Amino acid sequence: MEAITSPVGRQGEAGVSRLDTVRRLLGWASVPLLAFALYMAFVYAPPEATMGNVYRIFFFHMPSALASFAGFFVTFVASIGYLKTRRQGWDIWAVAGAEVGIFFATAAIVTGSFWARPVWNTWWTWDPRLTTVTIMWLTYIAYLMLREAVDDPERRARLAAVMGVIAFANVPLVWLSARWFRTIHPVLFGGNNPQAKGDFSLAPSMVVALMAGMVAVLVLWGYFLVRRVQLEQERARLVQRYREEGERGHL
Amino acid sequence: MRAYLRKAWLIAWKDLVSEWRSREIFSIMAVFALLTILIFNFALELSSVNRVEVAPGLLWVTFIFAGLLGVNRSFAREQDQGNLAGLMMAPVDRSAIYLGKLIGNLAFIASVEAVTLPLFAALFNVAVPVWPLAVPLFLGTLGFAIIGTVFAAMSVNTRLRDVLLPVLVLPIFVPVVIAAVKASSTAFARRSLLEEARHWLGLLVTFDVLFFTLAMLLFDVILEE
Repeated sequence: MEAITSPVGRQGEAGVSRLDTVRRLLGWASVPLLAFALYMAFVYAPPEATMGNVYRIFFFHMPSALASFAGFFVTFVASIGYLKTRRQGWDIWAVAGAEVGIFFATAAIVTGSFWARPVWNTWWTWDPRLTTVTIMWLTYIAYLMLREAVDDPERRARLAAVMGVIAFANVPLVWLSARWFRTIHPVLFGGNNPQAKGDFSLAPSMVVALMAGMVAVLVLWGYFLVRRVQLEQERARLVQRYREEGERGHL
Repeated sequence: MRAYLRKAWLIAWKDLVSEWRSREIFSIMAVFALLTILIFNFALELSSVNRVEVAPGLLWVTFIFAGLLGVNRSFAREQDQGNLAGLMMAPVDRSAIYLGKLIGNLAFIASVEAVTLPLFAALFNVAVPVWPLAVPLFLGTLGFAIIGTVFAAMSVNTRLRDVLLPVLVLPIFVPVVIAAVKASSTAFARRSLLEEARHWLGLLVTFDVLFFTLAMLLFDVILEE
């Protein structure tokens, strides 16, 4: 059973594992937190001076974008972990990070498009952040396709780990090249872009609402991540079992 | 170090000699590049006004697609004839195999570019500024060969093989495409590369150095078994 130990904790035969507890905590915490974030975004925060109510999607847009980066970062760290230790547990975290990252990147891209339509008057533009998130989205879809195309679990983990490192190392370069390409994205924190459209400064109550959205989305992110990890652990255990039974001649 | 470089060179030399004898990769890439240029000519109605603006983009798309074909064959050919196992059993560092393959691929793509460029200039009736263009062309092609060789070695070990390669390479290659096209545009517009495209050239050099280092470090993980 060596192959399926996770770096966080060994799944014991009896009782609830530490990861189970974490998952339950995050799952239950996300319900009131999301409700609170919705209240803060739609009721507490005042309408914005020029954009009115449209801007409220931002309270979920930006946390989603951050959560997607967090997911890809998990893949990066887990890939390095796998290359160093060669333990399948790391590979499980790598795939979970990529999938959860893709989910939140999709959310960020879709909410961003909804916002851009009334504010920028277009669904789509080649703005650097948008471009970066989209390229990362494609890169990690390619990462999952690579995994799909390899049957042997050891080889899959190995090749995926290489891709996981290369994909993340590329992020700053993608961002830089897209930024130099052209930009109209509003820069909210530190930075002043005279060409930015839809720029707005955050009133203190908006910052509070944004923090609420951030915490809620990140807790949800953590819950999805742990859930996905446990699902993959289950699958690895099943594959292992299947193989052992096969060796004994039961199948 | 000397022995290491010699091993890498011997692997590259083997590829070059066998290519010289068969000319299979070169002819496929060159014909494909020509066809791409031809298709572009019909697909995009090019006027004399926008030709210079569009030329760098067309050139890079052509080279990338032709390059994908060539890079892909470099490992597929080894595997078809059972040579990959032989290479891996040889008493050489895995990174020397990578370096040799990289040199071979770079030579193939560069020679296809050398053949395609004059034809491109003639067919599209644009003057190609050879020396200024050579700088982004070299840096971009090197970046492509660096990334392409890594992913070719990976995709040859998967079920999908050659089909997977473009999907893996292209998203990683985006910064190079942007930088190389922008720098090439500067060259085509006859403006100074050093004054107007220095940051793009810097980005290309950074990409090349970063991914060459990563590739040398990670390559023995790819070819392990």
